[in-house]
This record gives sequence, structure tokens and C-alpha cells, in this order.
Amino acid sequence: MTTNALTSKSSTSGRAGDKVFSGAALAAGVLILITLFAVAVFLLIQALPTFLADPAEISGGEGFFAYIWPIVIGTVIAAAIALLIATPIGIGVALFISHFAPRKVAGPLGYLIDLLAAIPSVIYGAWGYMVLAPALVPGYEWLAKNLGFIPLFEGPASQTGKTMLTAGIVLAVMVLPIITSLSREIFLQTPKLHEEAALALGATRWEMITTAVIPFARPGIISAVMLGLGRALGETMAVALVLSTGNLIPSLIKTGNQTIAAEIALNFPEAFGLRLAELIAAGLVLFLITLVVNMIARGIIARHKEFSGAN
Amino acid sequence: MAKRIDVNDLNVYYSKFLAVEGVSINIEPKSVTAFIGPSGCGKSTFLRTLNRMHEVIPGGRVEGQVLLDGDDLYGAGVDPVTVRSQIGMVFQRPNPFPTMSIKDNVLAGVKLNGKKISKSDADALVEKSLRGANLWNEVKDRLDKPGSGLSGGQQQRLCIARTIAVKPDVILMDEPCSALDPISTLAIEDLINELKNDYTVVIVTHNMQQAARVSDKTAFFNIAGTGKPGKLIEYNDTAAIFSNPEQKATEDYVSGRFG
Amino acid sequence: MSTMTTNQNSTSGNLTPPVRKRNSLAKGKLPKWAIWAIAAGSIIIGAAASTLTGFNVASFAIYSAIIFLVAASVITTVAEGKRRGKNAMWTYLIYAAFIVAVIPLVSVLYTVLEKGMPGMNSHFLFSSMNGVTGAVDNETVANGTPVVGGAYHAVMGTLLITLWATLISVPVGMLTAVYLVEYGQGKALSKAITFFVDVMTGIPSIVAGLFAAAFFGMILGPNARMGIVAAVALSVLMIPTVVRSTEEMLKIVPNELREASYALGVRRWRTILKVVIPTAISGIASGVTLAIARVIGETAPILVTAGIASNINLNVFANWMSTLPTFIYYQILTPTSPTNIDPSVQRAWAAALLLILMVMALNLLARLVASIFAPKKGR
Repeated sequence: MTTNALTSKSSTSGRAGDKVFSGAALAAGVLILITLFAVAVFLLIQALPTFLADPAEISGGEGFFAYIWPIVIGTVIAAAIALLIATPIGIGVALFISHFAPRKVAGPLGYLIDLLAAIPSVIYGAWGYMVLAPALVPGYEWLAKNLGFIPLFEGPASQTGKTMLTAGIVLAVMVLPIITSLSREIFLQTPKLHEEAALALGATRWEMITTAVIPFARPGIISAVMLGLGRALGETMAVALVLSTGNLIPSLIKTGNQTIAAEIALNFPEAFGLRLAELIAAGLVLFLITLVVNMIARGIIARHKEFSGAN
Repeated sequence: MAKRIDVNDLNVYYSKFLAVEGVSINIEPKSVTAFIGPSGCGKSTFLRTLNRMHEVIPGGRVEGQVLLDGDDLYGAGVDPVTVRSQIGMVFQRPNPFPTMSIKDNVLAGVKLNGKKISKSDADALVEKSLRGANLWNEVKDRLDKPGSGLSGGQQQRLCIARTIAVKPDVILMDEPCSALDPISTLAIEDLINELKNDYTVVIVTHNMQQAARVSDKTAFFNIAGTGKPGKLIEYNDTAAIFSNPEQKATEDYVSGRFG
Repeated sequence: MSTMTTNQNSTSGNLTPPVRKRNSLAKGKLPKWAIWAIAAGSIIIGAAASTLTGFNVASFAIYSAIIFLVAASVITTVAEGKRRGKNAMWTYLIYAAFIVAVIPLVSVLYTVLEKGMPGMNSHFLFSSMNGVTGAVDNETVANGTPVVGGAYHAVMGTLLITLWATLISVPVGMLTAVYLVEYGQGKALSKAITFFVDVMTGIPSIVAGLFAAAFFGMILGPNARMGIVAAVALSVLMIPTVVRSTEEMLKIVPNELREASYALGVRRWRTILKVVIPTAISGIASGVTLAIARVIGETAPILVTAGIASNINLNVFANWMSTLPTFIYYQILTPTSPTNIDPSVQRAWAAALLLILMVMALNLLARLVASIFAPKKGR
């Protein structure tokens, strides 16, 4: 083998192009990893003073745990209210669009829901602040008068309506389009054969839904709700605008309570030194909570994929 | 134009799995050679090693030699891109580029490589390639329309025109008619007969009548069982393979007893 | 076909004259008007019940709905059986869920339109808040003159910060997706990237803001607040969306096209740039547009990274900047004049309207882009 005609023709510039391009693609991927890593490190370093400082210097004067605990609970309460309201309604709306509404309306309705999911949270917050909160005041007064013996509805009700329950309702309105559009997609994926089999056996529409649609969609619904929960936990603006904050209290219709995200947004612009470190540490706690929720949601989706049998 | 291919003792692997074992074959220039055999016998895999297309699949590699007029395709410093521009390939399903017009599809090999070509040269190349693929008269009035708007048979001939435009020495065809109707198949078979005047053509086919109709020589591949490597059983003039095969397995296959 | 069937029908109709009798298959079913009768009854009783407790629209609607639900379910159960009764109850519950969901969503859109329109004019669009103080607003209210000051600085801030976020996110996101789909199949690194992109998807927006603030805080010292920091924060939110949508789109490009290109002797990078990406470009472009629409309305990360400004700042590398969302937020929470909040409220809603219009336009654009760039299928 003296000379190989195939080697002489190969252009070196072309090979370099391949190397450069694959290198750039690799670099972009690695950049994401490095950025996330660096940012996590920077956040930890900046949050560190909180854990090293004298507990008396932390806001509230009893250390970081005593500071963060009430607002973690507040965050969970707000998200829980949102999900309690949004889950049944969201699934109902998804079923309405996928199985009840006439074909002609179903498409535009689905698109409308997607559009509503895109409305910026500050606008929901402004609506909650200006429209919803005042409108709910009579309702809260009624609750305080008639159900005031339950700690959750203990009076006197807030006269501005800027309470935990209002924040929860605004969050529910924001989370609703997410749950609806995700579950709608799952409902539409239900195998037509299963549905037709149920109908052919003489099932009513509701029986068809409970026997064919819901079992198929259950993991998808759960993950949609979990993703909605992740959104509700991390949502800032709605709460920052709608809730008139205060200490942790059981009543949902009085001024009080706070969430992590709103705590950061309300205080960060003026914070410096140890207060800044505190808020960043609070941000880390929020990140961990949402991370766990999202991981669980993704775990459910991944398991669902294996069992769905759809390739 | 039209070079010969000599394969010496070739093994093809996918990662650790030996897919094709010990193939030696000499393919004459300006002839049509058909590969036949049951599904999964490795004939398509082997065809892909003739222009290093198997490397696109992760883990694909070979041992042995493939010589194109004496030059080893797998020699040190050989760029698979150079190999593929000299040995073209037509696939099972017609796959014109959906974002390109008919004309751009024909010029794809030139344009995608970033080569400059004058408009008159481009027009001449398009016409020559489309005429070479028996498609010119059908599409000359709509060269700027998308290639995906053609019928299946026309799309496959467009893919052949696209391959010719790169001016290869060898054209490999991987079951080019399996997705086409009988009339389109006939048009492609006529075209293969014309192509062998200028090119070395190798065609993989499931259809034994097609092998008998279009090829000069036929190679029969077989597989001993699932998980075993595919082997070249018999290679001879097409007439001999179909009328007087030497191996029992070949006779069983061409007479329709299995496969 | 259709004409044949009609002919047969008419001939058979001639042989056996039509007799109006009840179809045996329709036995035991409520007539169609029954449900409307129940609805009308529920409304009347609901109005009566509401009047007893001091009439208002909310209680009237709630009472009527509950009465209708119960009555319709019970009557259907009695007339048609338990199974149908249950079916009816759930059907009406689902319709009710839809109505309950529509009310707040319509209310949001209506509020923004109704309160935003009065403030929407060219003065609002093309002037900033520079020099607009509480005293100016007080005077406006006292004299009843048009509201002074607008959102021009915030609009420019929004556009610039979003532009920079896009400039950072699109190349990084697209190249990462190319790596995942074209180069990294099955590799450990690509699994790690996929995992961390998933993690990024779930980052709350305020935390993304803290990320960027902490990052630049370490480099440039504390309180390093400017447009580019906000753009980086938004990129953290945008990159995973871009990676995901690009990845999905690249995956559905048929492998046959890649192979066709390789078989023509085209190099891999040219194949990706000139065959794979152009084939997927409609989906990628619409995904990127949706990602922009998502981050353009983000407020929290801007609050902690770009600060707030009342003057026009077109330099993202120095000084504080406002965006539409932070403008809305501060105009509502800390009105320019604490005693006369109306001008601030009007500016906030006008800005909200503007922001919604931008988001809607981007969403529509995404749809348009998807259909324009889609591979041509003309015959």
C-alpha cells in the first residue's frame, strides 16, 4: 500500500469545522453545569454568615431556624389552599374541554387556557390586590360571624381582605391553567379503544370516565398537581402584593402570615450585610423545597412512562 | 467513474455484537450486484460498511479491508466524508429534504458542503442529474417547488438524482423499491439498468424477482440463528444463483422454501 | 352514497306511513325541556332564598347553582335510575367547575382592559417617570389634569433585559440541545446535563434572581444591580425552556434525513446546521418565542437584580433599570403620591395592559412562526 487516494482528498478545514462545532455544543452543555455549580457555591457562601452569626443577631433574635420556620409553614399553607381549590376545578375544566365541550369550542378553549397560563404573575397579583381582596371582605365577615369558632376562620376579619385565604385564592387562579393544560393533554391521550370499549358495554359518560380515563390519567394528574404545587410554593408576586404580612397565626382571614418568596421580594431591595445573608439562606430553603417537590413529580412521570405502554 | 470494490475478510460489529462475519467479495465496475437473503441476515449492514454509513450508528465498527480500486476505505487518515462522496447511497424510504426545493435537493451534496457553484453550472448539473434519473421531463416546470410534493416513486428518483449529482463512482441502494408501488418500481428498475453504464451499482433487495431482473451478479447472505452473525453463503452470476445454486441454503431460499 | 340513502328512506316512507309514537329506546328518559324547567325553578328559588338573607348577586348565584345541582341529580335519579343520576350529577359538577374557573380568569382580563384603557395613550408610552414626584401627582388630582409620567423607561428596560436574556439563552440552550440529541446520546455527561436542566426548570423565579445577584455580588461587590444581572437571572429561567423545546424538535427530525446528508458526503456539523436545524426551525422558533413570553413578565428576579429606576437607562451594564413588571409592582405597592394614589393606579393598570398585550402578541407570534416556517407540503 503506497498511496491511498482517499486520504489525499480529505480537506482539513472541513474536519476542523466538525471539531469546532461539536466542541461548542459540548461547551454549552458544560457551561450549564458549571454555572449551576458555581451559583450554588456562591449562594452557599453568601448565606453562610447566617449560620455562623450569633442567634440574637438574626431577625427575631432566636436564630435562623426560629426565623425561617414560620415562613416555611406560611409558604406551605398558601400552596395548600391554592391546590385544594385548583385541583378539583382544574381537573373538572380539563375533563370539560377534553370530553364534554363540543369539538368546535374545545380547541379554542384549550388555547385560551394556555394563554391564561402565560399571563404574568404580577398582573394576577395586582388583580388580587385591587379587585379580589376588597370583594372578599363581606365573605370573610360572614365566615368570622358564623364559623368563627373554627380557628381557621377566627375573627375579627381583615377589613382590607389582604389575608392568607385571599393569597391562596389568587395562587389557585394562577395554578389552575397549569393543572388544566397538563391534565387535558393526558386526558386526550387516553386510548380511544378503552373509551369505546366502556361505552360499548353500556356505560354512561361518567362511568366511562371513571373506568377508562381516570385510571389511565392518574399518574399524569398527580404530576400535574405536583408541578402546580412547585409553582405555588415559589410564586412571589401574588403573595407579596396580596398578603398583608405578619406573624404566623392560624386564622386565614386576619392580617398575618408570610411566605418565603414574598419575604425575599419585600425585603431584599433594602437588605445588606447579615439581613442579605438571611434572605439568601431563605432562598436556598425555598429552592430545596421546590426541588424535592419537582423531583417527586418527575419520578411519577418517569414511572408513568414505563407503564403507559405507549411508545 | 465506476470503480471496483474488493472486500477482504470483513467483520462488522455493533459494540460487542458481531453482526456480519468473514465476508470476502469482489464487485466489478459497471455492473449491478444484488444482495439477497432473509431479514436480519446482515445484508443491509454489510452494504452500509461499503461507504462507512454504519459508523453513524453508535458502536458500529469493522475489521478487515474494503478496497475501492485498491484504496482502503478504512486505511489510516481516511475521512469517512471523502468515502461517502465517492460512494453514494439511496435508502429504503425516499427521503428528500423537506425544507428544500426540487432543484436544491439535487444540488444538496454541493451546497451543503459549502462549495461555490455558478448559476449556469448549477442549472446544467441539475438538468444532467435529473435526466440521469429519468425525472427531468416530469419536474422541469416545477424545479422550485418542494421535493416533498412529488409522488413516492418520483421522490426516490429525486434521491437518485441527488446522489448522481455528487458524481460518485459507486451507488449503493438499500431496498430502494420496498416503499413503492409496482409502476414506480418498474421505473426505478429501468433506471438501474441505465445507471450501470456509468456506475458500479450495488442493490439490497427482498424481492428475488427484482434481483433476477436487474442484477448481473447476486450474493446470498444467511444467518444461522438469532444472535448469530450473518455470513455470505454464495456469490455468483445471477443466472447461476437462480437456476443452479451450489449451496443447499441458496437453493432453498431462491425456491421459496424459507425466508 | 348520501343520495341513495335518502332515496331508500323516501321509498320506505311511502310504504309505511310515519306514525308518531315513542321510540322504545327512548323509554324512561326525561324529555329535553325538563332540564330547562329545573334550571328555571332553581333560579327562582335561589332568588327567593337570597332575598331572605339580604339579596346580592354572589349569594343568588351560589344558591341557585346548589339548588339546581341537587334538584337535577335527584330528579334524574328518580326518573332514569341511579346510574344516570350519578352521570347527571357529575356532568353538572364539571360544567360548574368550568364556570367557576372562567369567572376569575375573565375578571382578570376584564379588569386589565377596563382599568388599563384610560391610561393608555402616547404620553404614557413615550415618557418616563423622571421628575414625576408625589407633588406632581397631587397637583394632577387637585386640578383634574391628565396624569403625567409614563412607562417608556420600563418598556425599554423590559425590551433590553429580555433581549440580552434571549441573546444569552438561545445560543447556550440550542447548542446544549444539539449536544444532547446529536452528540451525547447515552453518555453520562448528557444524562447529567438532562438532570440539571430538569432541576433548573423547577427553580422558583425569585431564587433565580438570588442566583444571579449572589453570582455578580461575589464578582463586583454587593449591590451590583444592573440590567445584565437581571438578564442573567432571566436566562436561568429561560435556558431550560429553550433546551427542552429544541431537544423535542430535534428528536422528531427523521434520522433518514441525517443519513441522506451523510451519504452525500456532507459533514456532521453542516448536516446539523443546514439539514437538521432548518427542518426543526418552526418548532424551535415557536419554543423560543414562548420562552421569551414567559420571562418577559417575570417580576421577582428583576426586583433583586436590576433595582428600580424612574429615568431612562439604555445601558444594561451600568445603573439600575426598571421593567414593566417591576413598574407595575412599585406603582401599586408604593404609589408615587401616598395621599393621591389614583395616578399611580392608573399608570400601573396601563402598564399591565401593555404587558399583557406583549405576552399575547408573543404567544400569537409563536403560533404564526410555527406555521410559517413549517416544512412546505405543497403539491
